[in-house]
Parts: sequence; C-alpha cells; structure tokens
Amino acid sequence: MSFFPYAVAAWLFIIGLYGIVTSRNFVHLVICLAVLQSSTYVLLLSIGYRVGGTAPVFAGVPVGTLAVDPVVQALMLTDIVVEATVVALLLALALQLHKHANTLDPDKLKALEG
Amino acid sequence: MSTLAPLPVVIPLSVAAILSALNKFVGRRLSEALAILTTIATGVMCGELLLQARVQPVIHWFGGWTPRAGVALGISFAIDPIAAGAAVFASLLVLAALIFSLHYFETVGTLFHVLMLGFLGAMCGFALTGDLFNLFVFFELMSASAFALCGYKVEEPESMQGALNFGITNTVGAFLVLSGIGLLYGRTGALNMAQIGRTLGGNLDGLVITAFVFIMSGFFIKAAVFPFHFWLADAHAVAPTPVCVLFSGIMVELGIYAVLRVYWVIFDGPFAAHRWDVRALLLAVGSITAVVGAVMCFGQRHIKRLLAFSTVSHVGLLTIGFGVLKEGALAGVALYVLGHGLVKAALFLVAGLLLHRFSSVDELELHGRACRMQATGVVFFVAALGLASMPGFATFLGESGIIDGAKGIGQGWVRAVFVIAGVLTAGAVLRVWGRVFRGMGKAEDAETAGAKKIDEDRETNAASHGIPAVMFAPAAALVLLAVAVGLMPGVKRAVRTAAIVMQDRTGYQARALEHAWIPVTPAEEEHTPIGKGLAWSFGTTAAALVLAFLSLSPYWPSKHVLARPVAKTVHLLRAIHSGHVGDYVAFLTFGVAAFGVVLAVLIHLR
Repeated sequence: MSFFPYAVAAWLFIIGLYGIVTSRNFVHLVICLAVLQSSTYVLLLSIGYRVGGTAPVFAGVPVGTLAVDPVVQALMLTDIVVEATVVALLLALALQLHKHANTLDPDKLKALEG
Repeated sequence: MSTLAPLPVVIPLSVAAILSALNKFVGRRLSEALAILTTIATGVMCGELLLQARVQPVIHWFGGWTPRAGVALGISFAIDPIAAGAAVFASLLVLAALIFSLHYFETVGTLFHVLMLGFLGAMCGFALTGDLFNLFVFFELMSASAFALCGYKVEEPESMQGALNFGITNTVGAFLVLSGIGLLYGRTGALNMAQIGRTLGGNLDGLVITAFVFIMSGFFIKAAVFPFHFWLADAHAVAPTPVCVLFSGIMVELGIYAVLRVYWVIFDGPFAAHRWDVRALLLAVGSITAVVGAVMCFGQRHIKRLLAFSTVSHVGLLTIGFGVLKEGALAGVALYVLGHGLVKAALFLVAGLLLHRFSSVDELELHGRACRMQATGVVFFVAALGLASMPGFATFLGESGIIDGAKGIGQGWVRAVFVIAGVLTAGAVLRVWGRVFRGMGKAEDAETAGAKKIDEDRETNAASHGIPAVMFAPAAALVLLAVAVGLMPGVKRAVRTAAIVMQDRTGYQARALEHAWIPVTPAEEEHTPIGKGLAWSFGTTAAALVLAFLSLSPYWPSKHVLARPVAKTVHLLRAIHSGHVGDYVAFLTFGVAAFGVVLAVLIHLR
C-alpha cells in the first residue's frame, strides 16, 4: 500500500484548515470546510483499498477473491450524506447573515467580542 | 435482547419526521403537546432501560446481527447505567425546555419542535450506542440540530455569526473524530468499541497515539475544553434561552461522556503503562480551562454569556475528574454533571424569564428592575449556591468524589482549582443576583453606557407583565431536584457502582461480544471522613458571597494600582475571544498539535 494517498489526505486537511483560518468570506469559508472534509474521503478509501482487489460484489466470484473493503465505502457514503446536510445548513446561515448584515466578512462582525 | 433499546432514538426521530411532514396542518398547541408527550415517553423508556441496566447492562444488536465467535459484524447499543442515566437526564432537560417555551416564544413554528425532538433522539443515540462510527453519526445529527436551533432567530446577524462559529468549529471537530475512527479501523478492522478495545489490547504506537489525539480533541471541541472553548460563549449568547438550557446542561457534558466512554473502552489498554502521562495532560488542560472560564465569567455583563463562561469553567472541573482516571472520580464526574446541569439549566431559565419580562439580559441595564420578582430571585440565588458546590447540592457530592479521587493519587492540589472556579463563577452569578434582584451597587456607569450590547428584543414578546407559572415552575423544579439528588441517601453508592461498570473494560467486552451474563455487583459502602470537605465547600460558598458583595460595594478596587496587572491579563484574555471564527480554528489547530506533541514527548521520555 502506497504512502501517497495518506499524504494527500493530510495535505487536504491542512489546506482546508489554512483556508478556514485565513478566509474573509463565510461562503468561501464553508467551502474550505468541504475541502477539509474531502480529506476524510481520501483517508477512508485508502484505508480500505487493496492492490489488485476488485469491487466488493461477491455474486458469481470464487470464494477468496481479493476485493476492496466495502465497510469504509459505506462509512464514506454516510459521511457524504451527513456533511452535505451540515454544509447546506451552514451555507443557509451564511445567506441569512448576508441578508440582514449585508456582509459575509467575519472581520466586519464585531457583536460577539470578549 | 431488548426491544426497548432502540425506541428512545426511533420515537423522537419518527415524531419529528411526521411533524415536519405535516408542518402546514399542525397548529402550535398540537405540535407543542406532541413534542412534550414524546419527550416524556422517551424519558420513561430511558428510565426503564436504566432500571434494567442497573442489574445487567443491556446489549442490543440491530437486525439480530449478533457477534459470531467474538467477532462483531452488526451495530449495537451497549447500555450501561451511566449511558441510560445520561439519556434520562437529556430527556428531563428537553422536557423542562419545552415546558418553558410554551409561553416563551411570541411565535414558534412546528420546526422548532422538530429540531428539539431531533436533538433529543440524537443525544439518546449518542449516549446509548456501542459502535464507534454510530457515535460519530449521532454526534453529527446532534450537531446539525444544535446549529439550526442556535441560529433559530434568522433575522439577527449576531445569531447567524454565533451559529456559524459554533457550526464551523464543531464540524472541524467531527472530521477529527472521523479521521481518528478511520485510523482505528485501519488498525483493528472493527468499528464496535468493545471489539476495537479487545483487538488493540495493550499495543501502543504512533498510529494509536494519533487516533487518540484526533478522537479526544474532536470530542473536547464539543465539550468546550480550552483552547477549543471559544464557540461556546458565542453560541450561548445568541441561541434562544430554552436551547441554552440544553447546550449547557447536557450537550457539552455529552462531549465529556464521549471521551470517558472511548477512553475506558478503547484506550485504557494501550495507555495502561502511560496513565501518568495522560493524567498530567488532562489535569493541566482541565485546570487551565477551569481558571480561564472562571475569569472570563466574572468579567461579563451579558448574563447569558456570563453563564456560558461558567459552563466552560465547570467543564474544566469535569476534565480534571476525568483526568484522575479512577472510578471514584468517575462517579464524581457523573454526579457533578447531574448537579451542575440542573442548577445551570435553572439559571438559564431565570435569564430567560428576565429576557421575557424586560427584553434584556444585560446586568447593568437590569439594575434593580427585578426587585419585585421575589420567588424568581430566590431560585436564582439558590441555584448560584449550587454552582459553588455548597453541601446539600448534587454538585457537592460530585466535587468531593473528584477531589477524594485526586487525593488518592496524590494530587490534592486540584482542590485549589475547584475553589477558584467555585468562588469566581458563583461570585459572578451572585453579583448579578445582587444587582438585578436586590438593586445593590451602582446603576450603569457612564463609561460603559455607550458600550455595544447584543440586541435581544425579538425572541420573546417585549415587557409582558407577570410571570406565567409554566415559565417559573421548571426553574424551581430543577433547583429542587438538584438539592433532592444531593440529599438522597445512597445516591453516591449507586453512581459509584455505575462508574465501576463503565470503567470495567473486560466486563464490557465480554458482555458485548460473548453475551456474558455478568451481573453488576454493588460498590462497597464508603466511609470517607467528610468534615474537611464540608468546611472547604462552605468556605467556597462564603467566599463567593463575599466576592459578590465586595464587587457591588463602592470599595471594589477596580482602579487600584495592584489591580492593574490583573486588569491587563483579563483584557488580554478577552481580546483572544474575538468572535472571529478564523481565530477560533487557529487556536483549535494549535491545541490539537500541542496535545499530540506533548503526549508523544511525555510517552517517549518514559
């Protein structure tokens, strides 16, 4: 198993965090969160990957055929569903913010200091 | 096999789904009645599970996918007394919040009740599950409902900002947890917590340490432990008051519950030889959280923010209790969660009453305006004493459990942290009581009069007269319950028994994976001398009262030379609570990195 996919996962996590920390627009910021999230996809899939393995469909194949791990794929699908909800919710909040405060810049909001 | 086990999750979620589908046809009163009935039913079912689990923890495998030869394939609920107790407590607080909101909101849609029920179902599932990935899913469901509830007042920009800060930091936490779960799965090929714990055994290496750091940090973000706590004050300041009750009373504590569960089932084996390293880290982090929260709490004038920082401080104390890593302290944590949740919920409900009556929760603006609300004042005062862990409250039992545990491992100094946190947080709440309910101290002084405040007038109908009984009764009942639990004989022993079950790793594994019938053996009766602890707790309460009165008196040395360094430190501390989500995530990243590096160095050195 190659080291490369794990490096990609770590890179996506870090670049996502960097984006969140430096972002000056809430919509951009939530998308950075989605980038960060894609690191978990890469991580989960690479954990379940088997070199030379087939898709995990076990009808009509001999017992003992090497296949990739279907469990992590199920986890990843669940992850996508859950996070699609959260990202949609956060974007809706950002939209409402823009409607009533006329800005999306976290630097311009001062109500919650101290 | 129990058919009851899945119902505390299934029923609230089904009713929530039906209510949201029939949104257009269901009137306010009908949806309120359905929500309250569902919550009561859930609470009763969790109570029945608690009774069953006290004899023998309940293991439920969904779809009958029981383990074969000790290998878990299915998804399970593993319900021990502490899990069931947490679910009962969640139902109780949701009930109090729903009853309070009967009169509280001017207009409230069915969707509010849908979200509350979703939140309840998620919290129950989170407490009851025995599967690590399931824990993540319920964590996210709980978070999503919480974000939406926090941003319920969509027309206020502050609400949106607070909810976004809350949502973004907690979602980063969820990804940390998920990455940790992925790493553990890669190592063990299992998602069932008992199975992971058994497969890991005592092996500790870099991957296990990384997974530990990710999972712990992720749940610590939900638990609002320093330096992950920044979102909490923002979320509490803007969320509707009945929602604050749930955030402070149970949601944050469920973060602590998750780290306890995961530690005792999965990581206790690998870290058995390095317990002192974990302890050092947790005791340090807990103490910092407790002190930072307490100092920030005392400096607030916005009552909801003040109570939020007091929650941060008390979470620090809970982290200390976790960090002792002993069953006595674990029992202390459980009792403290119960006691603190009850009094904090009551305090938030009173804050909600003030907001309802005067359209403000600003301490200086409310100066002397609630003098005629005498019964409410009494509730607020008594709850504040509970915050100082005065003997007689459940918090006192919790505190003495944690401190006795700490003394048992030679760390008696944690008493000092409890005193600081108790004096400052209860002192701040008592100061609010003196100013608002007694009219003590000066009215708003000129220099702060111009300071910006968070606008509050849209949540509830302005300046209504009188206090409806349905708003006052929940607050009073919660405080009474905190005292009742504190005075009930045998409660300490029962919780201690539950704590022993929770931290018995091999027993948990045998029950979950082999259907082993291992009845719970009650803990032995303890005979710890209680005199010294009593004196300390009364002392803390008295000191809090003195501090409150002093800070309201003209002799408060806020301008004194000696006070300047203190003021400077506090100013710096306030400056880092910037309300800027980028800063919060920067602190969070730093915290995770520091947690990992310090732990790795400590383990490497030994």
